[in-house]
Amino acid sequence: MAAAIEIEELSKDFLTGFWRPRPYRALDRLTLSVDEGEVFGFLGPNGAGKSTTLKLLMQLLYPTTGSARILGRPAGDLAVKRRVGFLPENPSFYDHLTGEELLTYFARLFGLRGAGATSRVARVLDDVGLGAERRLRLRQYSKGMVQRVGLAQALVNEPDVVFLDEPMSGLDPLGRRHVRQLMLRLRDRGCTVFFSSHILSDAESLCSRVGILAQGRLVASGRLSEILAFELRGWEVVVANLDDAVRARLEPQVRGITALAHGRYTIELAPDASPERFVHELAASGAQVVSLNPLRETLEDYFVQSVGAAAARETGL
Amino acid sequence: MRAISLVAGAVFKESVRDRVPYSMVGFAVLLIAASYLISQLTAGQDLKIIKDLGLAAISWFGLLIAIFIGIGLVSKEVERRSVYSLLTKPLSRDQFILGKYAGLVFTLVVNLSAMTLALALLLAYMNAVAPPEVKAGWSAPALDPRLLTAVVLTVAELTIVTAIALFFSTFSSPLLSALLTFGLWVAGHFNQDLRNFESVVNAPAVAWIMRGLYYLLPNLAPFNLRAEAVHAVDVPIRDVLLTLAYAACYVAVLLVGAIAIFRRRDFK
Repeated sequence: MAAAIEIEELSKDFLTGFWRPRPYRALDRLTLSVDEGEVFGFLGPNGAGKSTTLKLLMQLLYPTTGSARILGRPAGDLAVKRRVGFLPENPSFYDHLTGEELLTYFARLFGLRGAGATSRVARVLDDVGLGAERRLRLRQYSKGMVQRVGLAQALVNEPDVVFLDEPMSGLDPLGRRHVRQLMLRLRDRGCTVFFSSHILSDAESLCSRVGILAQGRLVASGRLSEILAFELRGWEVVVANLDDAVRARLEPQVRGITALAHGRYTIELAPDASPERFVHELAASGAQVVSLNPLRETLEDYFVQSVGAAAARETGL
Repeated sequence: MRAISLVAGAVFKESVRDRVPYSMVGFAVLLIAASYLISQLTAGQDLKIIKDLGLAAISWFGLLIAIFIGIGLVSKEVERRSVYSLLTKPLSRDQFILGKYAGLVFTLVVNLSAMTLALALLLAYMNAVAPPEVKAGWSAPALDPRLLTAVVLTVAELTIVTAIALFFSTFSSPLLSALLTFGLWVAGHFNQDLRNFESVVNAPAVAWIMRGLYYLLPNLAPFNLRAEAVHAVDVPIRDVLLTLAYAACYVAVLLVGAIAIFRRRDFK
């Protein structure tokens, strides 16, 4: 499959300090490739360089070294811009315009006119759930609505590649679900989606591949199925009505017991323990088993390990 | 060209929905009307006072519009981060700058046209109600075409001021841009003094620097034909055309400078 995004040794230095400006490396020799039709999650803690990378790809920043190509052409090329959508982090637009006027303005920049522009704008606003509010001025929009109109403007040209910087930011749970579904619809129609996030559950449910950035460096990348072994790490049992005598008896047999609210406890078992027998014993002792779940490695675990290892390398510990 | 006109249209729409230019136009219209009342107190000079105050109001309020909108043209886009979405559309940075400039010039032309129309209506009314013996004492007709020449040159001057404001707006804050633009406007009106500095100071190096500044700073004095229009003094058409050509060249240089700076700019 052809690469939609090719990033080669991309670095960005910012000068800091007034009297004696010194370079601060925000992104360090990033090399990455994203295939057409892929949903790629670009993950990392705050300040890792995710937004810097996206701005470099959009030519809002110029690289210190390295290069980036999108759809086979240099990033920033006008022909590329016609086929790309971009949602900046915490987007902000023209307060005096309505959502419909803003999207019509942007649609016209893509060469759409008349009825074609009107129907495209109406459809995109419906897609992001702003159909009813399209004639409200943007100054009357809530933060979540501004985020949605930001998504709409990124999709108004029906892009082949879409870059989303923290697309779930400012959205309520319903809005997040809506955006997840939207991203999956984009993937289904063959659009390449490159999104940055530090909400790992979103990345886990959406991405075919992820890259993890820490302190400006790519510390890990690959398919989720390759990154996460999905092997069993143990069992988690939630119980209620656990009296003190039973708890004291169980403690030597289990990995740990943690008190929860409303008299409930979480009991963690080793992976080779027999959860069925344990549940029977609990029931026989009068405790009420609320839930039993296997514990597997999550993207969060992998993220914490990768970012932690990068920080340790940096400090030499 | 289409992208430039779309950006220009957006600037105009923003100014239409912004109360600042409207309040300025309203205030200018009021000032012109007030000049009519003042003129009633001055026997025989009423027409000149109306023309003088009217043209001055058009010039001053045009200047305020040019500076206060011009300084925010680029810096406001960067501050509110709307530039991130706009520049990732099929729009080059050059087109962005040219569109912003064209939009503000169009806004100025519309606003100054409204003020000129208000002045013309007032003068037409004066013309209609003045008895023939009063009209006989006027040195020029009420609706003198020289007034239009003065307004056209005021617009040309403001295109330079707008280009200066836009130039500073590409790399500095709105406050600094306003101060620098206003400073250059003031310097531009006293530019002739720099040319003849050697007659004031006996230091060739200083005189040489001042001569350099004379060529560098905008020469705005030739754009002020208000006194000529009020006192019915003819200005050769060649001079007017040369002044307009100077404005076009100066604006072109400033826009090239603004584009060169904006092309290299990083948006952190």
